[in-house]
Parts: sequence; structure tokens; C-alpha cells
Amino acid sequence: MRIRREVEQEKNELNMTSMIDIVFLLLVFFVMTFKIVEMEGDFTVRMPLAGNGQSSTDDLNLPYKLRLHADGKGALTSIELNSMNMGTDFDKLRAEIVALVGTGEPIEGDSGPEIEIDTDYNLRYAHVIQAITAVSGYRDQGTGQVVKLIEKIKFAKPRRG
Amino acid sequence: MKVKSKKVDLAEGDLTPMIDMTFQLIAFFMVLINFSQTESNERVVLPSSTLVKPPDKPLEFPIILHVAKDGEIILGGDKYTTETLGSGLRRELAVLKVEGKSPADANVIIRGHQDTAAGQIQEIIKVAQDEQLEQFALRAKEDRS
Repeated sequence: MRIRREVEQEKNELNMTSMIDIVFLLLVFFVMTFKIVEMEGDFTVRMPLAGNGQSSTDDLNLPYKLRLHADGKGALTSIELNSMNMGTDFDKLRAEIVALVGTGEPIEGDSGPEIEIDTDYNLRYAHVIQAITAVSGYRDQGTGQVVKLIEKIKFAKPRRG
Repeated sequence: MKVKSKKVDLAEGDLTPMIDMTFQLIAFFMVLINFSQTESNERVVLPSSTLVKPPDKPLEFPIILHVAKDGEIILGGDKYTTETLGSGLRRELAVLKVEGKSPADANVIIRGHQDTAAGQIQEIIKVAQDEQLEQFALRAKEDRS
């Protein structure tokens, strides 16, 4: 007697195991290498060597002098703009710069106002960036646009010791 | 006579949604991955500023100097002090010269740690000026608060 087997419907299934293995490997690689990047930007400072533009003694347009004092630990103790003490308040410094420079159209080229930053050697670098931020402009509260103040920034000679 | 073949039932879950999700995740990470991480250094925590914005186009001929908290300078994976930095810069400038550019065309990007001494940054600028470099970019992270 002939036994007839029921025709089984063959399932045409792909073997997914190897693909899933690779996919998970890729996923692990991307998860491990993923790092949230912080947005970064630059303050551009053009400082040719002394002799070309550093000496401003015979220059009629003398740069503003910003002096930053620090204590032994590098904390900011006082800010002086043209020998005018303004505590440690960067907003006050900005207000003073606005009063000096005005908020009109920024002067393009080399004829704009210039500021020389003279800091104590051990002052925290973050305070210098705060000072540069205060003198170079501010963000308008209403429009969110950046209003530029002083674009030419230079450093005095380092005060070692 | 009908012979019944007994088949072992394989408990197979439907893998389709899982694979869909996994591919979505891979696509997400692939889009966001940033290989330009070579510009950053884990020893440097940048100071923040409300005014800086990511540049529209990258600076031309960049020379990236990482300045760690202790004042150590990292240039192209090598460590320098302010005394030895000149030799490292000269090597970079030699590459620049081959491309027919002068030191004034280069942009020195200073990525200083927020707690490093400001005088250290000034000294680095001075060393770079001695090598005829003129354009400096002080890098800070964007503060959106």
C-alpha cells in the first residue's frame, strides 16, 4: 500500500541569525562611538609680531587698556578699563564699552577701536574669554542678533612671576 | 491508511519589528556620528561664551593647539611645553611651505582649558608670533543659556 504523505507547504524562510548578529554589532559600534558634540566657535585675534603693529606709542588711536587682576588661585579680583576699576562685573565692563564705542555700525577694516588685554599670569583662562565676550559684543535681547563692539583684540606681554 | 507525521512546533517569534527598530537606530547613529572628533581632546574643557558660533566654513590651514589644565600643549598628538613648542610649529610650517603658503596664511586655533593660566595662552601666542604666525582663533564652546 502506498502511503501518501500530505504535501507540506514548505516555508521559504531565510536564516536571519547572521544578519541580526551583524546588525547588532553595527549598533553596538555606533552606540559606543557616539558622543554628543558641543558647538564650538572662535574669537579671531590678529596679532602680528611686535614691530609691525604691536607698538602703539606713536599711534594716535591708542587702544583701550583692559587690566585683569587675579588672586593666588587664579580667581578674578578686579577689572580695570583704562585704569577705571569696575570690580568683577563683566556686565559693567560691557556697559562701559558700549558707552565708549557706541552701538552704531561696526567700523570695518583696521580703523576700528582696539583693546589690549593685560592679565595676571595665573588668571583662569575662562575669565579672559568672559572679558573678550564682554568687549567684543552682546546679544540683543529682543532680536537675538549679535551687536558687535570691539573686534580688534590683542594681548599685552605675559606677566610671568 | 493515513500516517500522520508529527512535527515539532518551533516557537518562532516575529522578528520584523525588532529588525525595523534596529535599522532605525543604526541609521540614527550613522547620521549623527562625527568623525571630526580628532579636533577635540579629552584633557581640554573649553570655556564657554554666549557670542561664539560654529563657523560657516572651516578655517584655512589650521594649526590646532590643545592646552591642558597643567599648561601642557598638544599639537598633532605630540606633547610640548612653551619652550619646545617652536620646533613643533616649525614642522607644521614646513608642511605649509610645501603647499606654497606663508605663515601669515595659517590659523592657529588655541583650544585652552578653562582653568589653565591665561599667561600660558599669552606665552603660546608669543611663541607662535616668533614663528611669524599672525592669525589666532581662541576657541570656546557655545553657551546657549
